[in-house]
Amino acid sequence: MDQAAVEAAIVDAHRREWALVLAATLRVAGDLDLAEECVQEAYAAAVRSWVRDGVPDNPAAWLTAAAKRRAVDAIRRERTFRAKLPLLVEPEEAVEDAAVDRLFAEHDEAPDDAVPDERLRLIFTCCHPALAQDSQTALTLRLMCGVPTAEVARAFLVSEQTMAARITRAKKKISGARIPYRVPRAAELPERLRAVLGVIHLLFTTGHTAPSGPGLVRAELVDRALHLARVLHELMPDEPEVRGLLALLLVTDARRATRVDAAGRLLRLEEQDRARWDRGAMAEAHDLIVSGLRHGRPGRYVLQAAIASLYAQAPSYAATDWPQLVALYDRLLEVWPSPVVALNRTVPLAMVAGPSAGLAVIERLEQEASLAGYQYLPAVKADLLRRAGRAAEAREAYRAALELTANEAERVFLSDRLASLDPAGAAPAAGGEPPPEPGGTIR
Amino acid sequence: MAQYAVLIYANDSAHRPDARAADTEAYDRHAEELERTGAMVAAYALTPRDLATSVRGDVVTDGPFVDTKEIVAGFYILQAPDLDAALAIARLNPACQEGGGVEVRPIASGGVVERRA
Repeated sequence: MDQAAVEAAIVDAHRREWALVLAATLRVAGDLDLAEECVQEAYAAAVRSWVRDGVPDNPAAWLTAAAKRRAVDAIRRERTFRAKLPLLVEPEEAVEDAAVDRLFAEHDEAPDDAVPDERLRLIFTCCHPALAQDSQTALTLRLMCGVPTAEVARAFLVSEQTMAARITRAKKKISGARIPYRVPRAAELPERLRAVLGVIHLLFTTGHTAPSGPGLVRAELVDRALHLARVLHELMPDEPEVRGLLALLLVTDARRATRVDAAGRLLRLEEQDRARWDRGAMAEAHDLIVSGLRHGRPGRYVLQAAIASLYAQAPSYAATDWPQLVALYDRLLEVWPSPVVALNRTVPLAMVAGPSAGLAVIERLEQEASLAGYQYLPAVKADLLRRAGRAAEAREAYRAALELTANEAERVFLSDRLASLDPAGAAPAAGGEPPPEPGGTIR
Repeated sequence: MAQYAVLIYANDSAHRPDARAADTEAYDRHAEELERTGAMVAAYALTPRDLATSVRGDVVTDGPFVDTKEIVAGFYILQAPDLDAALAIARLNPACQEGGGVEVRPIASGGVVERRA
């Protein structure tokens, strides 16, 4: 079979099936390093074998079988040595849970007995709260997506050496402290799921607005995050917040093509060409949101998605349903009382009640210690001041925002706004700043 | 099964030398509960910070080693299949509801020294 076709099939299988193959191999290998090594070897072996025999009908099954075989061989070879190391997965689940279960019988409902997809175990292990969040994100990219350490390092702007050390430390903690390879019990699930959703969201926002340097979108990270959200939704179809996160990512990413112009300049929401937004992604998000809103009290991600979707669905910026947005932000603040949410709320609020109403809220938010150094605070303030006709104060706020902004596209945007306020400069434009991503978060 | 040390951090220990049963009731109840689960291997309550003496280098000083709001008020060793199970037990500690908390660390080695007569 032709080499190029095989390589394309392998790239595809790597992107889509890595987590499945790794998670299944881990059950045999018992530890992460060995499992990763076996899976890498299986992908390498696939190149030779598939050129000779053709691409198998089920590439994931072929790869899993090959990786598992290698793991079994390796364990046989090293049995005596490995017996001394703590294993992430006890062979045959021989763990003695009785003592803990007795305790839970008094404090909790029964432990989980459903048989979950292996990938769920893997992602819950990667995002365990006993690991620092930067380790959680790195492990998730490495183990769930098979991203090489060098690329993970590039995504987070650290040296490969630093990232390798971070990943090694995290893996050592997983085996040394016995972070379990399983889906949390029902009582822990909401809290643990929040951590998983937080990691995927962080990967997305890191890619969507790269925190520094040139280029607004690190497309690779955005695609990985979307893929993870899709996998999670496939594995936990009944979790409203999983639906909400997928919807939020879809609707935010639907605007990817229009966020900057041909010269790489950041475009305000009102300047973006709505005809080029991805209607398919927006429709998919809309369905997810509608079903998410139907489930009792909607959570943070469902509401954030609803807000982003409402922004996106308006036929034009001017025709945006501002009062409805304020109402959604109010509900979001109830479930997630974050000062960033309160800041984003000032954008529609100013459209409904005028810039001074928004400014009054911003003055209160300026007292919040957690927003000190948050570049979108002076950016939103500057826009409201400009619209209130307070040009001198607006200039000052734009300068403050510039000082806090490292992303090149955002810096150019802010400089342009500042220049347009030049006493001799152009007439002020109408309308609002692009809100920092609707419902964005502090990184 | 692995063993974990649970270090209890609190503003201070309730276990004063002259403490009455009522002062330490919540902790005693929790200890009994842990004992019943069979998870507990050993447990020690420490006396308050006023009784601590520290040695740094060759200097002896009054008070806990690290001068912080919380001190180690006690510790125990538990047996659990994995970290989640250990955390599930550790977070039931009354200190977690009283402004303090616990630190959970896997044990590398150790045990009670057996004395021969």
